[in-house]
Amino acid sequence: MAKKVGDLNASSQADIAFLLLIFFLVTTSMNVDQGLYRQLPPPQEKDQENHDKVNERNIFIVLINKDNQLAIEGELADISSLTERTIEFITNPKDKADLAEKVMASKKLEDATKENKVEDIKNWKKLIEQFGDIGITKGVVSLQNDRGTNYETYIAVQNAIVAAYNITRDKFSQEQFGKVFDDLSADEQKLVKLVIPLNISEAEPRSVK
Amino acid sequence: MAKFRKGGSRQMAALSTASLPDIVFMLLFFFMSVTTMKETDYKVKIKLPTATEVKKLEKKSLVSYIYVGAPLASYQGKYGTEPRVQLNDKISNLIDIPDYVESERQSHDEAERPLLTYSLKVDSDAKMGIVTDIKQELRKVSALKINYSTLKTERKGNY
Repeated sequence: MAKKVGDLNASSQADIAFLLLIFFLVTTSMNVDQGLYRQLPPPQEKDQENHDKVNERNIFIVLINKDNQLAIEGELADISSLTERTIEFITNPKDKADLAEKVMASKKLEDATKENKVEDIKNWKKLIEQFGDIGITKGVVSLQNDRGTNYETYIAVQNAIVAAYNITRDKFSQEQFGKVFDDLSADEQKLVKLVIPLNISEAEPRSVK
Repeated sequence: MAKFRKGGSRQMAALSTASLPDIVFMLLFFFMSVTTMKETDYKVKIKLPTATEVKKLEKKSLVSYIYVGAPLASYQGKYGTEPRVQLNDKISNLIDIPDYVESERQSHDEAERPLLTYSLKVDSDAKMGIVTDIKQELRKVSALKINYSTLKTERKGNY
């Protein structure tokens, strides 16, 4: 017969668990890290000139000066109007001559074939199959800031521009798939990204006005 | 006069606390899974700006942090009141950034290195000058994936 073992007193287990709990509460933080992703341009090599010329109408210039004032295409503007202006610029619904041009997807495919970029050819073919031969915006948002610009203002401007792209993508996804961009599959998202590419260029640092 | 019943004549059954550890353990596991360890102690004041179009930082292990802000009161004697860069838990200079990037790269597998993201936690009162300098330093060493850390707010207006 097995020896009887006395009952283990488990009343302190709760205390131990509480202790652990409090330890984790103190050493950890609840907030999830989040923010705006951005890809920096690769380092510029010395005495390298920027050769690829972009047509004037395809650049949407946003300036922020040291007093945190905003200028869109050379005119003082309020930050609240930036999202709307950017959307108008990239979609250019009325084909205005001073807003971004569009290039047909078939042209892009042609270019990719010429340069023999296998991956690109595949992507553009898939895109034409999915949406037909649609126009793809050539618009680039150029953001320039002064060294004295407040970081808060800078982020607000970045945010407004990204918002414009997200809204445009959402609208396009809604029309094509009946879903918002975030709910699309990875492949579908890739296609929508091809149609509405996020082009934000940040100039080499210099002082603004 | 009515007599009061003598205390102690009717005793309540002892409440069983046997399940208390289980409940506490449950809480413990909940907190362990939803929270993350604090990476470092801030030596600079950081009040993050807000934005609406934020994305969550995925894969915490692939994120390195760069903090920028005015030094806290206890460090102001040594480092002044102008916004400074903090790498790991030291207030550093801009020229230390390439070394920091290199050491971050060394601590990851070769396959993971291109995926390393640098999260800039910058105080909203800082000027863009220092941020631009950091971006230039990062570009020099080809650390191109960055993230401006912000808090999330809801989008205003109806789109």
